[in-house]
Amino acid sequence: MTFRARHLLGIEHLHPTEITALLDLADSYADHNRKGIAHRDVLSGMTQINMFFENSTRTQASFELAGKRLGADVMNMGMQASSIKKGETLIDTALTLNAMRPDLLVVRHPHSGAVDLLSQKVNCAVLNAGDGKHEHPTQALLDALTIRRAKGRLHRLSIAICGDIAHSRVARSNIMLLGKMENRIRLIAPATLMPSGMDEFGVEVFENMEEGLKDVDVVMMLRLQKERMDGGFIPSEREYFHRYGLNAEKLAHAKEDAIVMHPGPMNRGVEIDGTIADDINRSVIQEQVEMGVAVRMAAMDLLARNLRQARGPKEVMV
Amino acid sequence: MTATLFTNARLIDPVALTDGEGAILVRDGKIAEIFEDANPAASDATVIDCQGLCLAPGIIDIGVKVSEPGERHKESFRSAGRAAAAGGVTTIVTRPDTLPAIDTPETLEFVERRAQADAPVHVLPMAALTKGRQGREMTEIGFLQDAGAVAFTDCDSVVTNTKVYARALTYARSLDALVIGHVQEPLLSDGAAVTSGKFASLRGLPAVSPMAERMGLDRDISLLEMTGARYHVDQITTARALPALERAKRNGLRITAGVGVHHLTLNELDVADYRTFFKLKPPLRSEEDRLAVVQAVAEGLIDIICSMHTPQDEESKRLPFEEAASGAVGLETLLPAALRLYHAEMIDLPRLFRALALNPARLLGLGGGRLSEGAPADLILFDPDAPFQLDRTSLLSKSKNTPFDGARLQGKVIGTWVDGAKVWGAK
Repeated sequence: MTFRARHLLGIEHLHPTEITALLDLADSYADHNRKGIAHRDVLSGMTQINMFFENSTRTQASFELAGKRLGADVMNMGMQASSIKKGETLIDTALTLNAMRPDLLVVRHPHSGAVDLLSQKVNCAVLNAGDGKHEHPTQALLDALTIRRAKGRLHRLSIAICGDIAHSRVARSNIMLLGKMENRIRLIAPATLMPSGMDEFGVEVFENMEEGLKDVDVVMMLRLQKERMDGGFIPSEREYFHRYGLNAEKLAHAKEDAIVMHPGPMNRGVEIDGTIADDINRSVIQEQVEMGVAVRMAAMDLLARNLRQARGPKEVMV
Repeated sequence: MTATLFTNARLIDPVALTDGEGAILVRDGKIAEIFEDANPAASDATVIDCQGLCLAPGIIDIGVKVSEPGERHKESFRSAGRAAAAGGVTTIVTRPDTLPAIDTPETLEFVERRAQADAPVHVLPMAALTKGRQGREMTEIGFLQDAGAVAFTDCDSVVTNTKVYARALTYARSLDALVIGHVQEPLLSDGAAVTSGKFASLRGLPAVSPMAERMGLDRDISLLEMTGARYHVDQITTARALPALERAKRNGLRITAGVGVHHLTLNELDVADYRTFFKLKPPLRSEEDRLAVVQAVAEGLIDIICSMHTPQDEESKRLPFEEAASGAVGLETLLPAALRLYHAEMIDLPRLFRALALNPARLLGLGGGRLSEGAPADLILFDPDAPFQLDRTSLLSKSKNTPFDGARLQGKVIGTWVDGAKVWGAK
């Protein structure tokens, strides 16, 4: 057992052996989920609170299901509508929740670094479910598990990450994770959606999609985050689709057995052609969703083990 | 008739650019005589033995935010004055970005009255260039000048309407008033929390290209050519802006520039894991930019080092980085931070005090900032080598938002004198 972290805030501070340990456990949970084996004892007696300061359906549902499959008491708090509106600061919200003694806190926040800040003020284990444009570690881990199951390995693969990299925490976490596992990473985006300094991350940067996709094993598409754009980053969606939308023609530049991924929700006809997304021979998009639950089960299981160890044996009331 | 003789001193002279032994006789609040002999005859004067430590002109800090009126809980004239005295700053030149902004003679008089009553150091107020710092109408520059405003600035709020700005600069020129500008292309830098580059991308923070500073400077230089105004840039922090500044000076425009001490001693990587005490405006830059700006100070291209003292309470900093307030306190750490450059052998002490004292005095037409006979006896005695570790709770400022908390620094102020009277140090 080599997973020692107290929180899962990002990929940046994880060691490759921790990543492998987590993926191994998630892999077995994925198999058990398919067979319908429940694990209600793993998190039994533990309270999991999902705090989403930003809209989410998929990630929140995935965390909720993961917690319930492991026997946790799960509570969802939609934070956009609550105390923030009344002027409470993030730290006060954290302290209030902490006083209710949760064991696992799953947090999504629109500002980069906000989940780190919150984690400094609570005693429980914190899982980052996405902070601003910074990190989304469980997404990168579920992507990694999907790749590992489809390709049989998670190293020495050529992986293209395409699209709205500037606004994407998924891209940042994936670049870090796939880099740590020694893959070759290619970033493809229009120059306006490529953050500055990316070439210093040990990745190859492409503006031309055909060139970027050449002979890759994995094509990872990103959602065009229209809601985060405060000005014209691209001239129009149809021009974007023409130059950067994944269709059969562009995909032909990748390896014949290349898989297609997308973190969802998809903008069909903007970044991906619907027929590619639905092609069961190429697309692993549904499998990504499935792996999401398994990865989140593994992450919460490991953090709960570390939490129990840190707290010491629990007294049982009789 | 009070006289004090500082003997056995290491005199830091920013005019002659010398650093050597000597003594100074102070009489009636002025420097009466300077001796090359370190131990001249005392006659009737009280003798202070400097024990070979540095005696330099007091620092003149342009751009200090005292949060009166409006936010006295962040900093008052009393707390800022004491912090200044402790930091070896004998003159603070205050910013008008208060609540409300200092944009009328009446608010300026309030500031002067409060400063007079509470601050042990000289306080010279600046006034806003436009009403409410809104960039729409110029303030009563003439009345404000008569009331004692030493310069006009909208602080970090850039006047975007160039027609308004050109008129304000022209009007200021007719009164020979000094205008201080903040050079930053406001639309390009809108919403930015850090400087763009690898670090900003890694942290996923909204970022601005360092080029925004040069764009702001280029625009203002054009306006200076147009209007002939006397103009000072509050902070130049990027390498790319330096050639434009150099050219403008060479072309004879009346332009000078400053830089905050934090941009001379810290870089963007210090933000690390979203440390909001390192959130400044403009944001911290790359190490290449820092080194270029340090060199520009040593060469005299950048004229002035200031603290950009900006008090912020805990609440406004204990927020996610993007939402947190910008700025850092600096009155008490200005000297030890600036001395980092001296200890790194990037600048000598006379040149350091040229930027900390002499050039600000010249810019504002003050008699201080120099060790000259007849100059006001605003003096500081300091040990440039004394090491210490900064504990932010020990600061005299009401706000403790320093990026140097826990930092190992060198340089301690032993005594501060304003007009010959001791305002800081052991009796």
